[in-house]
Amino acid sequence: MSVSDSEELVAATPAAAAATPATVARARGRREALYFARRNRKLLVGLGVVLAFLALAVVGPMVNSHGPNEYVGPPAQRPSADWWFGTTMFGQDVFAQFVHGLRSTFLVGLLGGALAALIGMVVGFTAGYRGGVADEGLNMLTNVVLVIPTLAVLLIIATYLKVRGVVPEAIFIGLFSWPWVARAIRAQTFSLASRDFVDLARLSGAGGAKIVFTEIAPNMSSYLFMTFILLFGGSVLTAATLDFIGLGPTDGMSLGLMMNNAVLWSALPLGMWWWFVPPGLGITMIVGALYIMNVGLDEVFNPKLREL
Amino acid sequence: MLRLEGVSKTYRVGTFGGRELVAVSDVNLEVRPGQVISLIGESGSGKSTIGRMILRLTGVSGGRITFDGVDIAGFKGKQLRAYYRGVQGVFQDPFSSYNPIFKADRALELVRETYFPRLGGGRWRDKVEASLAAVRLDPAQVLGKYPHQLSGGQLQRLLVARALLLDIRLLVADEIISMLDASTRIDVLNLLGDLKTRGLGILFITHDLSLGNYLSDQAVILRQGVVVEEGPTERVFGRPRHPYTRALLASVPRLDRKWQRNGHPVRQSAGEGG
Amino acid sequence: MSLKVDNLKVWYRTLRGDVQALDGVTFHVADGELVGLAGESGCGKSTLGKSLIRLDGRMRHVDGTVELDGKELPIGDDAAMNRFRFKEVSIIPQYAMSAMNPTRRIGRLVVELLESRGVRLAGVREELLRRLELVGLAPEVLDRYPIELSGGMRQRMVMVLSTLLNPSLLIADEVTSALDVSTQKAVAETLVDFRDRHYVKSTIFITHDLSLVYQIADSIIVMYAGRLAEKAPTDALVASPRHPYTRMLLAALPEVGVRYDARRLAGIPGNPPSLLNPPSGCRFRDRCPLAFEQCATQPPFAEVAPDHYVACWKAS
Repeated sequence: MSVSDSEELVAATPAAAAATPATVARARGRREALYFARRNRKLLVGLGVVLAFLALAVVGPMVNSHGPNEYVGPPAQRPSADWWFGTTMFGQDVFAQFVHGLRSTFLVGLLGGALAALIGMVVGFTAGYRGGVADEGLNMLTNVVLVIPTLAVLLIIATYLKVRGVVPEAIFIGLFSWPWVARAIRAQTFSLASRDFVDLARLSGAGGAKIVFTEIAPNMSSYLFMTFILLFGGSVLTAATLDFIGLGPTDGMSLGLMMNNAVLWSALPLGMWWWFVPPGLGITMIVGALYIMNVGLDEVFNPKLREL
Repeated sequence: MLRLEGVSKTYRVGTFGGRELVAVSDVNLEVRPGQVISLIGESGSGKSTIGRMILRLTGVSGGRITFDGVDIAGFKGKQLRAYYRGVQGVFQDPFSSYNPIFKADRALELVRETYFPRLGGGRWRDKVEASLAAVRLDPAQVLGKYPHQLSGGQLQRLLVARALLLDIRLLVADEIISMLDASTRIDVLNLLGDLKTRGLGILFITHDLSLGNYLSDQAVILRQGVVVEEGPTERVFGRPRHPYTRALLASVPRLDRKWQRNGHPVRQSAGEGG
Repeated sequence: MSLKVDNLKVWYRTLRGDVQALDGVTFHVADGELVGLAGESGCGKSTLGKSLIRLDGRMRHVDGTVELDGKELPIGDDAAMNRFRFKEVSIIPQYAMSAMNPTRRIGRLVVELLESRGVRLAGVREELLRRLELVGLAPEVLDRYPIELSGGMRQRMVMVLSTLLNPSLLIADEVTSALDVSTQKAVAETLVDFRDRHYVKSTIFITHDLSLVYQIADSIIVMYAGRLAEKAPTDALVASPRHPYTRMLLAALPEVGVRYDARRLAGIPGNPPSLLNPPSGCRFRDRCPLAFEQCATQPPFAEVAPDHYVACWKAS
């Protein structure tokens, strides 16, 4: 007997059901999620870390008086009271670079993640709901995008575009990271579309798009939310990788670019750990925290994973 | 009123649709106002497929289905909506028929959005309450509740109430009571009986012969997509002609008769030897 | 063999408190008896069946004892119960489709099961083939994957698997619910066969279908809201039911032959009580046409005729 069976036992009294206010019933679902959310350590820790970095990204550049690329002090200084993260080979403030880099990291994550989520949802819902020829066609598209060697395409693009910004990078990442999302959404949509309430909506005169938006997508809202978080994390990681190998934006600062510079200017053999450890740690912690958050969210939304 | 003429349904399966699966083959059926037709068959007999074809949830491969003489295959948009004003369906699993994240009466709201968009709040409430009264549900007990807070019987009756909002003339009832308990089944069945006396035509799809017998005027026995026997219920159940019908009737467990095997009852009572 | 259940209480832990799914159940099953456990959804029959073999994560053994062949079954202790499972107590679960690992061939499943109980295949191979033939399965089925069999065939395979070690007590949990009428008859008759050939000693057949139970069970237990309502030999229960719930249940069955125009059957108005905070006294009180003041105290499950037990003040 699962929880829902025992709840069926509970729900079967007309007297009790009539006495419960309707709002309590509606809030119960949300309240249950919040109850578990507040108690889930993975979610809280992950969220805490991400929010801390976000705060740093927002507040840091405002507090800092100088830009990331300004030469502000003696080169190759260890972290000290003046320069919290020390200085680079050229005397730039590593901390200033770090907080500016955080901003661009979050921006790329947000834009790239959102674009990938949008494409994935459109493709996934259409393929899952319509089936047939549309499904086969979209499947082919998904498979093609999946096997495209992203790096190779990027190298070609990088050769032709001399000036690249953060937004094109985000768009590029978004255009190539959606296939798994589309697959997953398609699978869920398939199973939901076979449920009777979708048939009933059709018998009430609702059309395809309306059914997807009002019946199917809301049922998957927790899953869509988690997907977005994963895409966000994935975008951050991909952007850092691209920046690290020099295919990132040509202007501005990012964490991956910091690591790129550090390696280029031999920070490792010279022992300048304060130049590459903060950005590396930053990326790791942000992406790691996002994934841990996701595991926690899965436990919150999925009753079967919960322990009582 | 509703007529099926030589209706077939074929599915294409396998890669690139290479093979064919025949679900329904050359079925003829008619439902008149105030008539209950039982469509009886085991799993794989195609009875649900016929229900879905009538409800335009899946297409017809061969033959045609007409409602008031008009072929329903061509209906689109407004015509289809008009068709659904006359024909509605109720399905087997009450908990699958409602979107679990919304309240149960949203099913009624969806009907309002499409068919009564300009009806004022008060008049809509009166309409809803009249429908609920017809299915003997107390509005205070079922409105504003989530599906998991209501029982299976209440949910099924609510679906019938939803159909009644539209002044339907034909109800396709696909195994609507198989997931209900014995004590609530009979209430829903009696409800269908009442609606029949008020002129509603019902296509009662079921695998349970005793239910078919209780309610219907005509019975159609379906086997692997083909009609093997049909006729007035009393004749089909009382004097079955087809061997399949006979075998089916012999397998139904009854309270007044014991299964026999090789001349002995399957269950030996005390004093019957064994 | 004999099964004695004494005041068994098994509750479910949920967020909102304990659901008293099984609340003080006492009965016994004699050697060679096929008992039908009937009731509607939520009455606790599945809980009772499961608690005799394996309590799952949310179930809690609150009170009461279960005695099999004179030995007490440690139902609250999952590990200790392990040596009883399949050898002394066995279960045929409701969905045979999900009971077999889809990635294993069936023969391999059998070997794994036997080895987990310390039995070598060589010793039981002949018996296994004989039983497969009895249920109408070819020996080749051992080389197949579960997905290659039809629903009825899978159900029969699971029946053979569950009874291979000749358990004293077999629990059949709604084994016919998902089947067609003809397969249902075959499976039900197979259960009787297993008992007649002494593959199992006694069987508890859990179902919601009273007419099916009438066909194969020696005695019937009717449950309501976590408690026993009535227990009697089959013919006695169907011919002269004493509990109002049993009477109304029997009256609500549309057997072949009854027609709406001729005789309108009546259901039982109302719903079973919530088991989260069950009412005191007799749980059928709110829906019973015979209820009176004394029903505020729970009636005892008393013997009113030889082997015929009822929990109702009006019946005793």
